[in-house]
Amino acid sequence: MLHIVACIKQVPDTKIIKMNPKTNTMDRASAPAILNPYDAHAVEEAVRLKKEYGGIVSVLTMGPPPAVKAIKKCIELGADEGYMISDRAFAGADTLATSYALTKALEKIAKQRPIDLIICGKMTIDGDTGQVGPGIARRLNIPPLTGVNKVVEVNKEKGYAIVHRKLEDGYEVVKSQLPCLFTVEKDINDISFAPLPNMIKAARYQPTIWTADDLENVDRKQLGLKGSPTIVSKVWAPPKPEGGKILTGTKEEQVNELLSIVLQKKELFS
Amino acid sequence: MPEKFDCIVVGAGPAGTACAYELAKAGVNVLLLERGEYPGAKNVMGGVLYRKMMEDIIPEFYKEAPLERPIVEQRFMMMDKESAVTFSYKGLEWGREPYNNFTVLRAKFDQWFAEKAVEQGALLVCETVAVECIVENGRVVGVRTDRPDGDIYADVVVLADGVNSLLAKQLGFHREWRPDEVALATMEILKLDKSIIEDRFNLEPNQGCTIEIFGDATKGIVGTGFLYTNKDTLSIGVGTLLSGLIKHKIKPYELLEYVKNHPMIRPYIQGSEPVEYLAHLIPEGGYHSIPKVAGNGVLVVGDAAQLVNAIHREGSNMAMTSGRLAAETIIMAKEQNDFSESMLDQYRMKLMESFIGQDLKKYKDATHHFERFPQYFEQYIPMMNRAASQMFTVDGLSKWEKQKKIWRDLGSTKQKFKLARDMMKAWKVMK
Repeated sequence: MLHIVACIKQVPDTKIIKMNPKTNTMDRASAPAILNPYDAHAVEEAVRLKKEYGGIVSVLTMGPPPAVKAIKKCIELGADEGYMISDRAFAGADTLATSYALTKALEKIAKQRPIDLIICGKMTIDGDTGQVGPGIARRLNIPPLTGVNKVVEVNKEKGYAIVHRKLEDGYEVVKSQLPCLFTVEKDINDISFAPLPNMIKAARYQPTIWTADDLENVDRKQLGLKGSPTIVSKVWAPPKPEGGKILTGTKEEQVNELLSIVLQKKELFS
Repeated sequence: MPEKFDCIVVGAGPAGTACAYELAKAGVNVLLLERGEYPGAKNVMGGVLYRKMMEDIIPEFYKEAPLERPIVEQRFMMMDKESAVTFSYKGLEWGREPYNNFTVLRAKFDQWFAEKAVEQGALLVCETVAVECIVENGRVVGVRTDRPDGDIYADVVVLADGVNSLLAKQLGFHREWRPDEVALATMEILKLDKSIIEDRFNLEPNQGCTIEIFGDATKGIVGTGFLYTNKDTLSIGVGTLLSGLIKHKIKPYELLEYVKNHPMIRPYIQGSEPVEYLAHLIPEGGYHSIPKVAGNGVLVVGDAAQLVNAIHREGSNMAMTSGRLAAETIIMAKEQNDFSESMLDQYRMKLMESFIGQDLKKYKDATHHFERFPQYFEQYIPMMNRAASQMFTVDGLSKWEKQKKIWRDLGSTKQKFKLARDMMKAWKVMK
């Protein structure tokens, strides 16, 4: 029986979010909160592996109380259990403090049921750092396998997993010991349409919620804002691209003009 | 084995949610299905929510519900090309508890209302479409959804699936609506500074105004335009019978653009920015179009049962009350463990005895009359505007002369008789 834990996050939908033009920060109220899209693929893969090898899928998140909704979404996708750590002490955490808090929660989950595999999304769409997954792996002292876009095999008896890691010019096949941690790409799977019984289960589901006090051996100095060395010195919006040139005239004139412009840009042919 | 509930409610609009709320409150195990991403994601309403019927369900809801503005003024414009005869009632008593009605944005309000039903114990499942009722031995025993393993069973199913109510249609409760039984409403939500709204509409903070526009807003087609004030947005729209749009070959969005650019309306919305565009059918067939609303193991509520009073633009209140009456009936049926049609038909009786049945009966011929005789909107409203202009223009003519001119403008003796007859007929269908 595999025990797979997917680490997930509720994020504002950055596809439609508005930026505050004065502070260049996100206006969180302007966009609905959704399950981070990469994390949906992490949960989907965990559920797929559960179906293939048998086992249990737990999900873990850190966030404010409304983030329960993201856990419910994971239950819809087929996760069995949901855990959430929620406390003012966690607020303002950067990736370092977040991975610390999640690690403490994972240790607590592992005490109840040993963990074979942790799956995270490649990154969140609000932070775009991709640091939390590897951060957890480092703290737990297990191998991090980033950019996974295919899981070939997970063998609990012999204690290994084989995956494909996406590279810029192809992929590499990696065999790792278990337990280990994957961060997954979106092309690893397609999100399936949840069956109705899962929807009903999710509507009823209440996750286990822990505060900082519920976690064991926690160094409070490493939590939240206090434990976050990241300093944001300046936030700015990238300059808008200038409007291109529109060619007019007959087809011949346009082609001639285009050619002369292209030929002037010699660096294209160097 | 699929799970069985006491009751499944299809659709989390005002009717379905009211029903689920009342059932859950009474301890009935109820599943509320919604096809949208969240309740309120799919529906469209000009934006007036009536206090009384909502308070029948949640007392003092206005202390916590996401409402826009309590309405203190209702204006009615009889509009021509470059003029309008307007009458209005403004009463500050409407701006205080217990209030009369409010403008709302349904995307926010419906979510809040559904959360209240969930707090009572209803189970809300979104993004799930009920595709048909499961019928066994002539009884509705559940619904089939579009999801894998999507069958779900219940003692009774409440269809609150909106104007087209495909589920009730499949059961043979109604045919496809005729174009003169449904109106098409198109509207926009326009962003505008709170203070500008209050200046333009002569309002204090936390006061709202509604304007209903007849005549040229719909280019003479039976229907109305409307302009409502929200907190920092305006809702502007136009709704006309589908048959009228077809007859006049007018596209609904063209009509909305026409209203927005109308010289009598433009100043109200100047400088605003559209943030949302919505369109939806509204059931306006009235009393004659109310379908079968109760069958073995099934009830129909809200828009799905054509419960809209087009003359008074009331709909959400009827939806809520019908949902509440359906819940009352189901609770009674559950006590006797009898979900047959003859038992559930008590819902229809309750409906007809309530203000819903009474009001729809009162106006049973009204929309149909105005649709059959287009002269009311096409000729009489402009005539009224000309008369007002004549009477109030000071140009040296004596008032007697003016009255004579207005009288002449009404046309020949034959035309005057026709006008008198039309007014009598209008009185008859409205009284």
